[in-house]
Amino acid sequence: MNMEERLTQHLTQKRLVAFTLNGKAVELEIDIRHSLLEVLRNYGLTGAKEGCGVGECGACTVLIDGVAINSCLTLGTWVEGKSVRTIEGEMNEGELSPVQEAYVESGAIQCGFCTPGLVMRTTAFIESGEHHGCCRDDIRHEHAGNLCRCTGYSAVVDAVEAAVEKNR
Amino acid sequence: MFAIENYQQAHSIEDAVQLLNENPEARLLAGGTDVLVRLREGHKQFSHLIDIHHLEELQQITLQDNGTLTIGAGVTCTQLIKSELIQQHIPVLAQAADMLGGPQVRNAATLGGNICNGAPSAENASPLLVLNTQVHVLGSEGERILPVEKFYKGPGRVDLSSGELVTGFSIHHEDYSNTGGDFSKYAMRNAMDIATIGCSVVCRMDENRIDDIRIAFTVAAPVPTRCRMAENICKGAVPGAALLHDLAAVVHEDLKPRDSWRASKAFRQHIISMLVQRVAANAINKAGGKLL
Repeated sequence: MNMEERLTQHLTQKRLVAFTLNGKAVELEIDIRHSLLEVLRNYGLTGAKEGCGVGECGACTVLIDGVAINSCLTLGTWVEGKSVRTIEGEMNEGELSPVQEAYVESGAIQCGFCTPGLVMRTTAFIESGEHHGCCRDDIRHEHAGNLCRCTGYSAVVDAVEAAVEKNR
Repeated sequence: MFAIENYQQAHSIEDAVQLLNENPEARLLAGGTDVLVRLREGHKQFSHLIDIHHLEELQQITLQDNGTLTIGAGVTCTQLIKSELIQQHIPVLAQAADMLGGPQVRNAATLGGNICNGAPSAENASPLLVLNTQVHVLGSEGERILPVEKFYKGPGRVDLSSGELVTGFSIHHEDYSNTGGDFSKYAMRNAMDIATIGCSVVCRMDENRIDDIRIAFTVAAPVPTRCRMAENICKGAVPGAALLHDLAAVVHEDLKPRDSWRASKAFRQHIISMLVQRVAANAINKAGGKLL
């Protein structure tokens, strides 16, 4: 492969991707080899964390069109035309979102590494209406993709219950 | 960064087949929950990808006029769980899909991927087996349709040749109508864990006799496996404690669990005996039968 071919191949790995990021239209040049998590963090949004990188811990959870996904296992280019929400967009005019408030009030945060992912998962859980008639076991089942090494989960379940209550 | 060296986006199912035929070394990318993990680990065999993630024609669940249910290979576990058609006609599949991974994984992982990666532990394999599901495979020569039972060739191996793609699954009306079904997964943790043993049973009652019953296990043999000896002793029988007791013994005739670091063979056999009784009893109840 000569230099020119290498350069062409390199260039073709970049795509111009237009999407909505926390409510704002953006257009980014995205390398097809980059995960959405890498795209977001390179863009300066470091709320979503890389915990495991293989879809087991949920620390990188963001919403695509309202659906919670592991951004570490999502190609950056997959968000073309979609709406992406990260923890950075959840505060509105200086006010925490009801879910964020519930986490603070319930003391469901210790080191905080898992919190952005958990808050986004709870946000999708409530906005999609999955929470109707849920018990603590349902909450655990629906947050099973988010690992937390500090809290022992009780306070997290309290927070989700409180967020559900706020949504009534 | 994923070690992708060559990447092509398919514009349609036919386009995907053509790209596969032009690039025999390429692998399909759908939900990404297996392939992207392998790529992250640097597995070279996934460095050339054909992306079918966005193909809506692979993401449909339909009920045809003749009662056949069809499920596209790109349907995610969450779509299965939320589908009214699935919940109404084959809830056992939604039950299994709901035990795969965690919510974020279920939002991405596809039914096609779960079956095509050939894992002996695939959550959705045992419900598809007991529903006599047909696998639709498309290649450059056209479509071929085969039972999911024949599709499994060995651990991690399925009947898919170079240039072929699974487009979806179909379940005939007679295989699900008037049935009750149940699924259970035994694992060390309730969530985000690979099954130690998985089991599905679908049952149809005639008065209070078992008219038809199908039993399947995962992680109990090199591939997801139907238990026909066990099914045969149930047919025509009045369900009760004695039958379940016999079932717990006969079920092993078709199975061959192995020792692994996850669980010993003896432990798996114990779980199989327990699960078959529990899951069969639930399926019989859901089919309107009464255990005497």
